[in-house]
This record gives sequence, structure tokens and C-alpha cells, in this order.
Amino acid sequence: MLGVIGVDSLDGLLGDIPVEHRHPALKLAPGLSEQELSTVFGSIAAENASASSGYISFLGAGAYSHYIPSTVRSILQRGEFVTAYTPYQPEAAQGTLQVGFEFQTVICQLTGMEVANAGMYDGPTAFAEACLMAARVTKRTKVGILSTADGRLPETLVAYSKHQGIDIVEIEPDATDIPDDLACIGIQSPNFFGEIEDVERLTKLAHDNGALSVVHVNPTALGMFKAPGEFDVDIVTAEGQPLGVPMAFGGPYVGLFACKKAHIRQMPGRIIGRTTDTKDRTGYALTLQTREQHIRRERATSNICTSTQLIGLMVTVYAATLGKQGIKDLANLCYQKAHYAASEINKLNGFTVDALATGGTFFHEFVVSCPSSASSINADLLDKKIIGGLDISDRSENGMLVCVTETSSKADIDKFVKALSEIGASS
Amino acid sequence: MYPEELKYSKEHEWVRMNGNIAEVGVTVFAQESLGDVVFVDLPAEGSDVEQFAKFGEIESVKAVSDLFSPVGGKIVEVNSAATDAPEVVNEEPYGSGWLIKVELSDTAQLDDLMDAATYQATLE
Amino acid sequence: MTISTNVGDIDRRLLMDRSVSGRKAFTLPESDVPSQDLPDSSFLRDDVELPEVSQLEVIRYFSVLSQLNFSIDTNFYPLGSCTMKYNPKINDELSNLPGLADIHPLQPDDTVQGAIRLLKDLQDDLGEITGLPGVSLAPLAGAQGEYAGLLIARAYHEAKNDSKRTVAIVPDSAHGTNPASAAMAGLEVVTVRSDDQGNVDVDNLRELANENTAVFMLTIPSTLGLFEPNILEITKIVHDSGGLVYADGANLNALLGLVKLGDLGVDICHSNLHKTFSTPHGGGGPGSGPVMVTDELAKFLPKPVAIKTDDGYAMGTPEMSVGAINGFHGSFSIAARAYAYIKALGLEGLQSVSENAIISANYIQAKLRDKYNLAADRYCMHETVLSATKQKKRGVAGLDIAKRLLDFGIHAPTMYFPLIVDEALMVEPTESESKETLDHFIAVMRQIDDEIDASPELILEAPHDLPVTRLDEATAARKPVLRWSAE
Repeated sequence: MLGVIGVDSLDGLLGDIPVEHRHPALKLAPGLSEQELSTVFGSIAAENASASSGYISFLGAGAYSHYIPSTVRSILQRGEFVTAYTPYQPEAAQGTLQVGFEFQTVICQLTGMEVANAGMYDGPTAFAEACLMAARVTKRTKVGILSTADGRLPETLVAYSKHQGIDIVEIEPDATDIPDDLACIGIQSPNFFGEIEDVERLTKLAHDNGALSVVHVNPTALGMFKAPGEFDVDIVTAEGQPLGVPMAFGGPYVGLFACKKAHIRQMPGRIIGRTTDTKDRTGYALTLQTREQHIRRERATSNICTSTQLIGLMVTVYAATLGKQGIKDLANLCYQKAHYAASEINKLNGFTVDALATGGTFFHEFVVSCPSSASSINADLLDKKIIGGLDISDRSENGMLVCVTETSSKADIDKFVKALSEIGASS
Repeated sequence: MYPEELKYSKEHEWVRMNGNIAEVGVTVFAQESLGDVVFVDLPAEGSDVEQFAKFGEIESVKAVSDLFSPVGGKIVEVNSAATDAPEVVNEEPYGSGWLIKVELSDTAQLDDLMDAATYQATLE
Repeated sequence: MTISTNVGDIDRRLLMDRSVSGRKAFTLPESDVPSQDLPDSSFLRDDVELPEVSQLEVIRYFSVLSQLNFSIDTNFYPLGSCTMKYNPKINDELSNLPGLADIHPLQPDDTVQGAIRLLKDLQDDLGEITGLPGVSLAPLAGAQGEYAGLLIARAYHEAKNDSKRTVAIVPDSAHGTNPASAAMAGLEVVTVRSDDQGNVDVDNLRELANENTAVFMLTIPSTLGLFEPNILEITKIVHDSGGLVYADGANLNALLGLVKLGDLGVDICHSNLHKTFSTPHGGGGPGSGPVMVTDELAKFLPKPVAIKTDDGYAMGTPEMSVGAINGFHGSFSIAARAYAYIKALGLEGLQSVSENAIISANYIQAKLRDKYNLAADRYCMHETVLSATKQKKRGVAGLDIAKRLLDFGIHAPTMYFPLIVDEALMVEPTESESKETLDHFIAVMRQIDDEIDASPELILEAPHDLPVTRLDEATAARKPVLRWSAE
């Protein structure tokens, strides 16, 4: 082949690379066979504590343990989905495109919103992009976020907006009046502490002041709780990981993003539309691409290019598998187990479940006020192969944010409660 | 292709005068370069525009272009046919595909525009 | 009534149209806890409208849909700048091991030492390969890596109280995410020209680089698949003006083991693990876009970064970090695949990747240059940009050639990019393909060129043999239908 090209050696093709920097000595180990690689990974995995090594966990706070049906893993074996590119040649990508259209449909059905995009990177970046979209739509530069939101939401928005002249202010959930120059009120519901916010009242408050309502939800909760679309919300975002995606130490996940049809030209991310071909057959294609970076460049709605299409496929297969009844049964299971755990923990000396004390409505997460710091309790729990809830002492004194899903059996919950009781008694 | 009675700007817009109201649209060259027009973003009636300032955007499937007004004044009418069915811009760019009507603040502005022959020459 | 045979037809009905009330694909366990009171009904929704199909129907539906795709596993996919190389299956398997797939991102560091060690090791390897030792694996895609890189550049200047630096210089050949990311970072985008050889016009750059320059963003090799012959002069000009050099590493597949970006004067770069490092494209992601910087800039890296401590490993926050650009630690299982890829190849394997990528692209260029114009008349690196201007004069555009390739089971090259090349077709074969595959592609491209005179309608109406012919994208944009609805 070098002969055909017309050079004697590879170096004949590298003429433009400064010769003094060519072929640097790299400190990299020699290659491994597949068998050796498997051994390396086996030992890496063995150093991590998880359900597969006999631990039970009550961690939530933005990533959730749910059972993933075999259909999801099975369809992920199909290389035609896994190794395809972004569908810029729609005739060669009708599989990816139709799945994406189904994904958009599922998100609209869950959230009650009119339109959804084909997915963002994750929940927090979807939320950040939603706030920036609200700023574009209202032509205002101040974003209000409820004080009960997960800190990662405003933190991500800060990183996304710090050079765009956006101010971020905190709004109390019981606020009755707000600044009249807000682009949006950003609401997480269930909030960081697991409790449902009054989305209807806050949305009306936003609209009365010319602001949009941006609501960040938990998709599993939508199997049971009212969809934000019923409250005239303008933009809905969520972390899609709970819908059939492994926790995988934080990623890859998928950000869900839905909004009112009126705002569609300001929506970031890819959008798939239905159309017809020259023989009038149904087909799907990327549409409204002029919003995106490859056409609008510096005036794009977002710089997002590669997002999370394959994770969207997992979510779509999951939703199709659980179906209308399953999504409801799943939400109920999580609710039942979490409320059982809460009521049992609340009985323990020195432990109070805040929502039970205040009468707040919660789904599958709740805050426990502990007799001592959650971190020290968690260290003791680990000895019993229990991963406790998140230490949230920075927001709630001796607070532990506990999550219970369908993956915890009654025996697991009882073991956790018993362990807390023993630790509490000795502290 | 480039009607003689119209005036043209270098940003590929045309002007047709009716009294001191200027009807404004994009030329055949513009709509051909864009391809199928899918969306037109026009300003509100009653707003002002300066000569050669951006007044909106026009989108096709694969491109987006700014629209620059060849004349300045008050926008007295906006073509809802173009926003409702943007394909009219491709089909009749000099007719029902007009975009805005501007009440001129100063008719001398027309001297800054090209006639059909001069505009056509710039395309070569 | 007779039913016609229809093996060739594909049922494109959506799941909701296939649903039958009461049908289920899945059963959950019963609740094993005492029944709990539900909230007031005012909180609760009616049923969610979701599909009601059987499990076989789920499997069959998605399996049939997958067969409508072109993919690396099934087709030669010479999509320029996307590096569609073989995605090793062992990487998918190992990254999904129990103990990796089921660990929670907020678990205490000492319960996930294996995971953090993997991230640290990958950081070190990427730092070694690029010559830029400060690495964060947080960014979830190339565009996020770019944005993080620009945040770092701004933080660097701000720390020196150099607040006038608000301009990003970007070549006219740049990928769209470059100016988009720059705009998000509040930078004014100033364009530098390319010369007629596709290189940065050095004189133009010298005019533009000044005390307002925050960063110069350059793709190396360029979006034309060419290595800047004046790279050392370019980085010097930028540094002399006080600005930083940012390298878009999308085309890193040309450089592995052949040159380190850090040695060329680059201060910040990102890499696309879903391009150079073989992680699957997934139809549009997930990706991973780690950002790599010099030692001096490492303190600005986005959090978190894997660090080595006295007694193990931890996820840490650099002292002047630009902050968190997303929720957790980045795409961990994508990083795990890239880690597996690098470990399996080792030093020699990585070097042979770039060597073979460059040879394959030049081979195609050599064998097609008599029929198709080249964007630049010189040896290329890992991709060659053809310009179908001769074909356009004969009545067939680059787009049409791309569509005709699909009829031969070959995915189209990248079209109409970079913007500075007329009728651009960017061909990147990668190192994964055999000479037989390259020869077949060359023969098909030559045949298509012949078809222009003999039977142009074959090209102009292509593709003919796929599940759909050309789609009406104008109507899709004018009257968007973006979800299923009941008729």
C-alpha cells in the first residue's frame, strides 16, 4: 500500500510533524490478551462493594437502584444499535430514529408534556439547559431555584451560566411573592429531601410574574404522582437513570427534557420527527436541526452534539417492558417499602423521620434525623455490609437521606432498622 | 429572475414601493441558496427597523440566515402567510412570499439600493 | 380476501398502535411489607398511557428495528472525523461486570477503591498519550470537554486579573461545537482564515492574536485531516499574545504514539473516547470527552478528579476547580471501556492504530484522486477530504454520491464538512478495515463516478434499496410531528 501511496515508509507521510517531537517515548505498559484483561477487571471489580458482593444499600440522592429487566440487556446486545452513528443519514438509521421517536413519546406520556427531545447528558445538565432556555424565552437573566432542590442542580447551572450574565437566586418553597424579573422558578419535586412540592401553586406564582415554571422530577414517581403537565408547567427535566439504566458509578445516564410546543424552537438537543419518503412510506428523521450547533454554530441553543442515544434506547425498552401496569406497580412497590422503612425507623429511640413529623408527602426517599452524625453511623453500618443513606449534615443536622426501592426486601429493611437500633443504642 | 421594477440590497432582499410603503422580501437567489424554507421569524407589527439592520431570521432544513431590512422605518404589516406556510417564500418570492411592509422614514434610502442589473452583476 | 406476501415490507407501527389492553410484558414481585396509607388522591395521577404488549412483542419489535440500521458491526462506515473503528466486545462485557455496573456514585470512597483506581490509571494514560498530565474524566461528551476547557482558560486569565481576554479565535474550518462552546463560555468568536492548502493562515493569526485573546481553538490534525506544518509557530504566536492554545482532539486517532499535543505547545485539549478510544457511538451517545491540561492549569480542572492518597484512592476537587459541569463522575462505564482498550493495545498497539489509520486514508486518497478532487493536494493523515466539484459540474452533488453509497451497503462519508470545502466528502476508513474492504470502497466510488454519465438517475434518486427512500425533511420541519398520538 505504501507503494501505491508513493512513499517508502510511514515517515514519508509524517513530514508536517516537527521531527524533534515525532515518535515520543511513551510510558505505557505492553498490551494484554483478552484473558489477562479479564483478570485485571475481575480484580478491579472485586475491590468494590455492591449488591453483587452481598451489600444492601439505601443510597439514592439522584441515582437509584432498580431491577433492570432482561429485555433491556438483550436488546443492548444488538450491535446495530450499539455501533451505529448519530442518524444524520436517516435512510440508514431508521432503527435509531424510530426508537428515538418512541423515547420522545414515552417522556411525553410520563410527564404529561406536549413535546420532548431525544435526550440530554443527565438530569442536572438538562435542568441547567432548561433554565438557560427559560432565560432565552423570557429574555430575562435571573433564575430562581427552590431552596429544597438538590445542590447539584444549581451547581451545574452555575458552571453552565457563569459567563452568560445569569444571576441565580434562592426561592423558599412557601414564597408568596417573587422578584418580577425572574426567567423561571426551578422546582425539584420530589425535592432533595424526598418530599413533594406544591408545583401547581408555584407554577401559578411564576406565571403571574411573567416567569416560566421549570420542574425537575423523578420518573419512577411519575408512575404514581400527578404529572407536571397537568399543572401548566413550561419545561420538565429529570434524570432518566432510574428507568432501566445501571447506576455504574455515576454514568452514563440520560437527561429527560420536555416542554410546551410553543417553545420548541428554543429547546436544546436533538429532536426526531415523523415524515414520509418519496413513496409516501412513513419514516423518521432529525428535525428542527437549525437549533443545533452544526448549523447555528455560535448562536445554537446549546453546544450539545453527542448525547446519550443508547441510554435512551434502554429507557424505551424499559418503559415498553414495564408498560402501563408495570410502571404503576413499580411506583407503588417503592412507595410501600419506603413508607414501611420510615415508620419502623421512626419508632427507634433517637431517630426521627422528618416527613412523618411534619406531615410531608414523600415517595421513596426521606430524611432521618439521627442521634449522631450520619457518617459515623454509616461507618458502623458498613461493618454489617449495609450502605446507609447519604449524609446530608450540611443541610440538615445529623441528617441521613434514605432511599428504599423495590430492590430492598422486607428482610433487608428489617436488617437495616435493627442495625440502626443497635448503633443508636450504643451511641 | 430579478424584476426590473424592484430595488435590491447586497443581502439579497428586494423592495417594491407603494407610495411611501416598502414591501420587502428575499430574492430568487436567496431562496435557492437556502433550499426549502421551513420557518420565518418576523418581528411584531408596529416595531421600528433601521436600514440594513437585522429584522428577523429565515430557516431552511440545513441553514439559517439573518434577514436585513433594505429600508428603515416602522413595520406596518407582517406577512402571516410566510409564517404559516413558509414554502410560499420559495414558490413566490416576489409575490405572496413578501415578508414585511415598512413605512419609510426617508425615501432617500432607496438611493442606497441597487437596480436589477447591478444586483444581478453582483451574483456572477 | 387474499393476503399479499410481504416479506419485504417492514411493519413501522409504533408500540402504542400495537398495544392491546391488559397485555403485559413483565411481572413485578408482590409487596412483602405491611400495607401503607397512600397520600391524598389529589396528589395521585390517573394511569400512565404506556404500551401494553407482550414480552415477545417487545423483543421482536426492537430486534426488527435494529435491522434497519447501518452500524460498524454490519457495514463499512467511513464517516470522517467520527473514527468508526471496531468496538471490541470484551470492553462492553468487562465494563458491565457486577461490582462495576451496580456501584452507586455516592458510595464512600473506601467502598469503591477499584473504580477510583481505574479512573486514576486512565487519567494517567491519557495524560501520557497527550503529554498533558492534568486530566479530568468528568465531561460527558466532546462538546462538554470543550466547554470545560474554555472554562479553564477563562479561570486562568481571571486568576491573573486579566479580564480583557474575552475572544476565542477559531478557524473557519472548525467543527460547529467550537464556536457554540465558545459562545456558552461568553467568548466572542473571531474567525481566522485557512489558506488554500487548508492550513491556518499564519499571517492572519498574527494579526488577530492580541491582548484580548483568551484562547485559540485548533483541531489537530485539522478538520481537513491535515497536520499544521506551522504548528510550533502558531502556538508561539498565541502564547506571545498571552493567550492559551486549545486543541480539539476529535482527530486524535492520527496522533497516538506519533506526537504528543503537549510537546507542540498545546495547553488544553479534549479527547473523544467514543472516537479514538473505541467506545461505542450508540446511535448518538453516550460519549465521554475528558479534558487534559498542563500541570499549571490542573488546579482549574472540573471536579471530580481521581487522586492517589496515602492510603488509597479518592475522588477530589482541584483547588481552583471550575466546578461541577454535570451530576456525578462522568461516564464511568465508557471510561472503563476506554481503559480496557488502552490496556489491551499497550504501547505498540496504540502506535500501530495511528500508523494504519494514516496509511489506509492515504491509500484511498491515492486511488481516487484521479476521479475526485482533493480538498488539499498533499498527503493526509487519518482522513481524506474529497471535493466532488467535478461531479457537481456533471450534475451530481456530494449528497447524491453519499446516498448512492448506501445502496452498496456502505455508510456515507461525512458530507459538507468542513464548511470551507465545496461538496466535501470526508472519508475516514480507520485502522480496523482490511485492504479488501478499502479496495471494495474504492471500486464502488469509481463505479458511481461512471454512473454519473451512464445512468445519473441511479444516483440522484438513491438510495433505492433501503427501508425508506429520501425523506421529506422540509415537511418534517414545517409541520413537526414529534410523538405518537391516538388518531
